[in-house]
Amino acid sequence: MSPRSRFASDRGLVARMTFTMFLIGLLYVAVVAALIAYHVSIGAILVIAAVMLFVQYYFSDKMALYGMGGRIVTPEEAPELHGIVDRLCALADMPKPKVAIADTDIPNAFATGRNPSNAVVCATTGIMRRLNAEELEGVLSHELSHVAHRDVAVMTFASFLGMVAGLITRFAFYSGMFGGGYGRRDDRDNNGAAMVAVIMLVSVLVYVISFLLTRALSRYRELSADRSGALLTGRPSALASALQKVTGDMARIPTRDLRAAEPFNAFFFTPALANGFSISSLFSTHPSLEKRLEQLAKLSNQLGQPVA
Amino acid sequence: MGLLDTILGRTKPAKADLDDLFALPGAAVTLEAGQGLKPTGTGSVCVKPAEGQGFAGLREQIDQLLAADNDKYTETKDAFGFSWITRHGDPSDIQDLVGDLHTVNASLEDAGFGPALLCTLVTFSDGGPPVGLVYLYKRGTWYPFVPTGKDQRDNSRELQLKATIGSDLKIEPDLSRWFPVWGAPGL
Repeated sequence: MSPRSRFASDRGLVARMTFTMFLIGLLYVAVVAALIAYHVSIGAILVIAAVMLFVQYYFSDKMALYGMGGRIVTPEEAPELHGIVDRLCALADMPKPKVAIADTDIPNAFATGRNPSNAVVCATTGIMRRLNAEELEGVLSHELSHVAHRDVAVMTFASFLGMVAGLITRFAFYSGMFGGGYGRRDDRDNNGAAMVAVIMLVSVLVYVISFLLTRALSRYRELSADRSGALLTGRPSALASALQKVTGDMARIPTRDLRAAEPFNAFFFTPALANGFSISSLFSTHPSLEKRLEQLAKLSNQLGQPVA
Repeated sequence: MGLLDTILGRTKPAKADLDDLFALPGAAVTLEAGQGLKPTGTGSVCVKPAEGQGFAGLREQIDQLLAADNDKYTETKDAFGFSWITRHGDPSDIQDLVGDLHTVNASLEDAGFGPALLCTLVTFSDGGPPVGLVYLYKRGTWYPFVPTGKDQRDNSRELQLKATIGSDLKIEPDLSRWFPVWGAPGL
C-alpha cells in the first residue's frame, strides 16, 4: 500500500502555470519564426542577452547576497537558523543550502542559486526578530521550495525573450536617433528609418507581452512555493501568520530602505514596494496577500480532516 | 522527483523509507564487540506534528497505544517544535526495541504522516556519556551522533563509529546531512 498524502493536488494552479509557460513558449516560437521569415539578423543581440542572463543565473547566489549585504554564517554562529534548515532539509530530502544572515531591519528572506547544491538561503535580522520559531520555519520552508523548484533557472529562461526585446528596443532607439543624422537622405534611408521604427514597435510589443507573462509566472511560482512549503512543515497556518506579520510590517517601514531593496524583489518572500500595495496586480511579482492566505487556509482545512 | 514536477513547481513531500531500521540489531553486535558500546534500551521517533484535527486524532490513537504498554513510552517536545516519542525498555533486547519503534513509525505512515517523519534515534553507552545512532527516513541511511556538551559534538568519535558499523548499516555519505540533534531524549 502506498502511503496516503494528507493533501489533495491543486490541478488548477498547475494548469494555469502550464498555460502561462505555453504562452511564453509560443512567443519564443513566433519571434524566432518572424526573425527567420524577414531575414532579420540579431545574432549579436541574442549572444549579448544570453551572456548577461547566464552570468545573472550562474552568480545569482553571490549577487543576491552581495546586494543584500548577506553574510554566510556557520552552525556555531547561528545554531537556531541552521537547526531549522537542517531539519527541513532532512524532511524534504534535499541537500542543505548555505545559510546566510543579512543585517537589516527589513523583515524578509530569500533563496537563490543556480541549483539545489549551490543554493543559499538568507534571512534578515529583521525577520528573525519579528517571527517566532514556527513562523520562521514556515518562511524558510517556502524559500527551500523555491530552491527545490529551481525557480532561478525557470525565471531566467522565461525572462530571456523579454530581455532580448528590451535590448533591441534600446538599440533601435539609439540607431534611430543617431543613424539619420548624417549623409544624404534618399529613398533607401527612408526605408531604413521605417524598418527601424517597425523593429522598435514589434520589440516593444514583445517586451510588454513577455513582461506580463513572466510576472504571471512568478506569481504562480510563489503560490506553488507557499503550497509546497506548507506541505513540508504541515503547518500552513504558521506560514499564513508569518505572511500577515511581515506584510503588515513591510508597509510601515520607511520608504528609503525599501527603495534600496527593490531590485531584489523577485527573490523575496514578500515584495518590498515603495508605492505600497496599490500597484496593479498584473504587474506584481507576488500574488496578493488575500490570495496567498486563502490557499493556506484551504490546506489547513485539509489537515483538519480526521484520520480515516 | 521528476523534471516535470520541478518545472511545474509541485514537488511532492519525500516519502519515508522504514526498511533499513531492521539492520540495527546486527550493528549493535558489532558496536559492542568493536567499541564496547551497549544499547541503553532507549530509542525515539522524531516527527513534525502537523496542525489540525487529523494529526490530533492520530495522536490520541498513539497515546492509547503508548498507554497500553505500561509506560514504556514518553513523549517530549524539543525547541524546534518536533515531537519525540521515546521508548524505554529492556537494554538486552534490541530486537524488541526495533519492533516497537517500527510500530510507531508504521502507524504514523499509514495515517498519511510519512512525510512528517524526521528521524529515529537509538542510544548506546559504554558506561560513559551516551552516543546516538540516527536513522534518516527520507534517505534510508544512518549516521552516528556524539554530543559532548552544549552545542558541541565529537566528530572524530563519530567517524570512528562510522568506520566500525560501516559494513552493517547504510551510512549517510553526505556529511552535511549529519545534522546535530541536541537535547534529544536519551542523549
